Amino acid sequence: MAHSARTDCPELPDFFLLKRLARDQLIYLLEQLPGKKDLFIEADLMSPLDRIANVSTLKQHEVDKLYKVEYKPIVSTSDQLCFLIRPRIQTVKWICDVANADKATGRFRRYKIIFTPQKFYACDAVLEEQGIIGDVTTDEWSFYLLPLDDDIISLELPEFFRDNFLAGDQRWVRTAGSALHLLHSLYGPFSKVYGIGRCSKMAYESWREQVEEGEQKARQAEIGKVFLIDRDVDFVTPLCSQVVYEGLVDDIFKIKCACVEFGPDVTSSDKSIKVMLNSQDRVFNEIRNEHFSNVFGFLSQKARNLQTSYDKRRGMDIKQMKTFVSEELKGLKQEHRLLSLHIGACESIMKKKTKQDFQELLKTEHSLLEGFEIRESISFIEEHINRQVSMIESLRLLCLLSITENGLLPKDYRSLKAQYLQSYGVDHLLTFANLRQLGLLVEQQPGETLTVMESKVGKLVNDRTGGKLSDAFSSLAKKSNFRALSRKLNLVPKSDEEYDLRVPRDMAYIFSGAYVPLSCKLIEQVLERDGWTGLEEVTRLLNGHEFAVTGSSGADSKAKNDAQRIILVMFLGGCTFSEISALRFLGRERGCKFIVVTTAITNSSRLIEALLDNLV
Amino acid sequence: MMKNKADEEDYWNSSKFKAFTFDDEDDEFSRLKESKRAVNSIRPLVDEDDDEEEVEKVSWSGEPVGSISWSVNETAASNQRTDREPAFPKINTDTTSISKSHSGYSLSALFKGETHRSLSDSSVRLYAPELRKPKSEYKVTTRLTAVSLEKFRSLQDKLLLLDYAVSAHDGNVITAVLIYLKRTLSKEVLFRELTDRQTALRHFIHYLTESKDQRLLLELLRALGRTEDMALLQYKEHLGIADENKRRDFLKSCLSLPFSPEDSVHVEDHYTLLERQIIIEVIPRKQEIFQKFPRKASILNMPLITTLYYCCFYHYTESEGTYSSPLNIRQTFKLSEKQFFVTALAARAKLKAWPDVDALFTSRNWLGFTRKKSPLSFQRVVDVLHKNSAPTQVLQDYVALVDDAELRITLAQKHKCHDIVINTYRDLKDRQQLLGYRAKMARGSAEERKINELLNNSQIRWKN
Repeated sequence: MAHSARTDCPELPDFFLLKRLARDQLIYLLEQLPGKKDLFIEADLMSPLDRIANVSTLKQHEVDKLYKVEYKPIVSTSDQLCFLIRPRIQTVKWICDVANADKATGRFRRYKIIFTPQKFYACDAVLEEQGIIGDVTTDEWSFYLLPLDDDIISLELPEFFRDNFLAGDQRWVRTAGSALHLLHSLYGPFSKVYGIGRCSKMAYESWREQVEEGEQKARQAEIGKVFLIDRDVDFVTPLCSQVVYEGLVDDIFKIKCACVEFGPDVTSSDKSIKVMLNSQDRVFNEIRNEHFSNVFGFLSQKARNLQTSYDKRRGMDIKQMKTFVSEELKGLKQEHRLLSLHIGACESIMKKKTKQDFQELLKTEHSLLEGFEIRESISFIEEHINRQVSMIESLRLLCLLSITENGLLPKDYRSLKAQYLQSYGVDHLLTFANLRQLGLLVEQQPGETLTVMESKVGKLVNDRTGGKLSDAFSSLAKKSNFRALSRKLNLVPKSDEEYDLRVPRDMAYIFSGAYVPLSCKLIEQVLERDGWTGLEEVTRLLNGHEFAVTGSSGADSKAKNDAQRIILVMFLGGCTFSEISALRFLGRERGCKFIVVTTAITNSSRLIEALLDNLV
Repeated sequence: MMKNKADEEDYWNSSKFKAFTFDDEDDEFSRLKESKRAVNSIRPLVDEDDDEEEVEKVSWSGEPVGSISWSVNETAASNQRTDREPAFPKINTDTTSISKSHSGYSLSALFKGETHRSLSDSSVRLYAPELRKPKSEYKVTTRLTAVSLEKFRSLQDKLLLLDYAVSAHDGNVITAVLIYLKRTLSKEVLFRELTDRQTALRHFIHYLTESKDQRLLLELLRALGRTEDMALLQYKEHLGIADENKRRDFLKSCLSLPFSPEDSVHVEDHYTLLERQIIIEVIPRKQEIFQKFPRKASILNMPLITTLYYCCFYHYTESEGTYSSPLNIRQTFKLSEKQFFVTALAARAKLKAWPDVDALFTSRNWLGFTRKKSPLSFQRVVDVLHKNSAPTQVLQDYVALVDDAELRITLAQKHKCHDIVINTYRDLKDRQQLLGYRAKMARGSAEERKINELLNNSQIRWKN
């Protein structure tokens, strides 16, 4: 990127170890069931598994056939069945059905369930109820962390978001703590931990307890600081359209475990190609963080350079040609392949975006962020709904409107909801109930604030219950206060200023200069201040739950250690590629490096889809 | 069942809970210790947490720490062990909410937070010795769990156990305790106790949802007085009914459920719509249009607007009296002019029925002149028409109606409505643009001639 980045950024730790650990553990578990066995893998574990092991690894450990868990009767003839699953009641029930069906036909098999990353008691309860304890052995594969790139690690738990924030189920808190613990034992000791959000606080506590329970080793820290943040601290950022290349590719083609499938429209052939998108791809690595408007220019420049390199071979003698072929050609060919893929992707993106009036959509989003021309934005959204344009997109805009405006006027809420149900089906009543519960799409409450409500309820019932009730209120439909936060933190730059997207001056570039992502701004501010001092008003608007703690072991080794400039940011409930790009930018500006740990990579559609309830 | 206020007072003032204080070292305190021990024991059982990995061969299959130490030993043999000391301070998750509130909290509530802290800070390891055994064997696990929980028999002990589990923030453990309480307490008692324990309650609701225990979940919501949630949950069942007649009857039965006034209107619409769709679905499809444009899918269970589109497509000219008439649908469901307009426009444009499209815009003013009016911006109209591949002749009529000159030119250029571009430049008296545009026109074309005529026209006072 063409700007004055600091050149003294420290090196990132190597996360390959995490993959090796996970693989070795899996092999160990497979060996616990000696002999030939068929392996059933839960659908959403396939891609993560692919990243750490391949079929031959499994075959070496006597896995005969591989199946996907499909909740149907099985066809396997093996005497030993192994199930690699997430701890979900539905899946365990299915395995019970399989085992009981075998019993009914007098067939004897050995069954082993490997839960990952951990087993839940509720799963045990199902096994007990179904009477197959004793027939089945269980194990846990503590595969907590999947490195997706040099600076991205994912827990691959998209359900974390809904379970924790919508259902209020804290089942994954300890998982998050354990993931942090793993990183701490391998790359710590951490010297400082900051955080904001209820879940972050609980995850911190869980981690801290595990540290106290376990052994500690004196080692040179590779990661110095940690920032934990709940997704519900900032819903605005993930709801915005992404315009940085990597985010845009994710929005349009859906990146899965750092891998994307480009269809025939991109490859300009009749087949699809799966491509790994990470820093190994040299072309991608240079454009991933760029605003989309720069990508075309960059790619065509690159194409011209490539042409020049190819042209060199003209007028070469045999010897020169030989060196060219053996040394350069392979690299050039690969670059050629990558270039044509990304150019193809860009074209496809352009086509799709011009078709759906992307400019107008962005304009509406920017108006919402700025708080200008709200009526026009509402009628844009209304038209969007009336024309039955994407069901997810309409909902996304409604949510963005609600959060930025602190709720919709009752009249607007009712009318938009009714029109939405008419366009996309009344089944979405349940979706609206979910969105309301989460506080993403709500009616403005005339005059009555949460605190008034709280104290009222508090007086009604006995004091003791008051604490619990207020607890409940604060986690549900809370006020977003976006407008006030935006002013306080200067999130929306003045619109009359020119913003040169080729030379970004702040993190707002990831949203075309219209908005600095709240999540990343908080991280920046807290790191700068080494805590929350001076941000009292901000944390009040964010409903509190902030913390900043110093570890005893880290405090003394603080002096000019590179590790202090390696900052691990953990997003509980998911983070977007745009946020990662913003943090990379921040790192270059401040001479530090960020490692993003997230429960899953998210974007606006994944966020909204997790809250839909119009299907069985 | 809802408790009345008196019951509540009574309950909280009951001697059992008054006696429950943390300050003196009475048996309440040891009870709490026991709760903590039990709760802690569940965690290692479930998570196979084990810090004795050096001694036990199998241990590294469980906790990551074990495996890591193995791996770290291998990769960095020079590492040394240090003395154990609490590396990071505890931040109390309970106290924050308490200190944030200004008033209304009793001393005991504050005290509770205090005690928790001191308890957790204590370095005493409360693990029962028998729990340090290998846990990979499944049978052992369950037996131990059963034993450790079965000890909690009195309601008070159970609730302490639950509250302790909640304060430990491990959802898995909370659910484990709840499953035990569900088995050993009557519904009435369990529901009553959950009313005041929001975190536990949410775990319980989620557990029931996940295990698809709809019946108990409905009972719980009823007991809590959460009637709207109950209604929605029941309504949701319609999604599982495949047969349309059964689904319709089910929706009819939903009409009496205690929805919010707003939602009950929507559910009624849902019922009416499905009833209507069942009728439309069986209308004989003999007309030519069905042959020319065969249906791709059934209309059953489609949204209202899709149904309207369908009727605008196949049943456009029907009189308002029939169920399948677009106008009848508009009336029945009180659709706005815009909704109707957008849908009809898209459907008729799809059929390339341009006269129908034209008619949609036509209104007469009081002098009897017709003029084009649209609840949708003409820019959007052009967009819709273009997407349905309207020819330029049709498009230009609507491009011409776009008010904003600049937008009009952009659209006209995009859709090759040359006349409009030329006329607009003329009106703007923009000779330069006109010259530029001429360069883009084919040699000897009518457009070129028109531009030349204009440029030669001495009447026009060009601005440049």
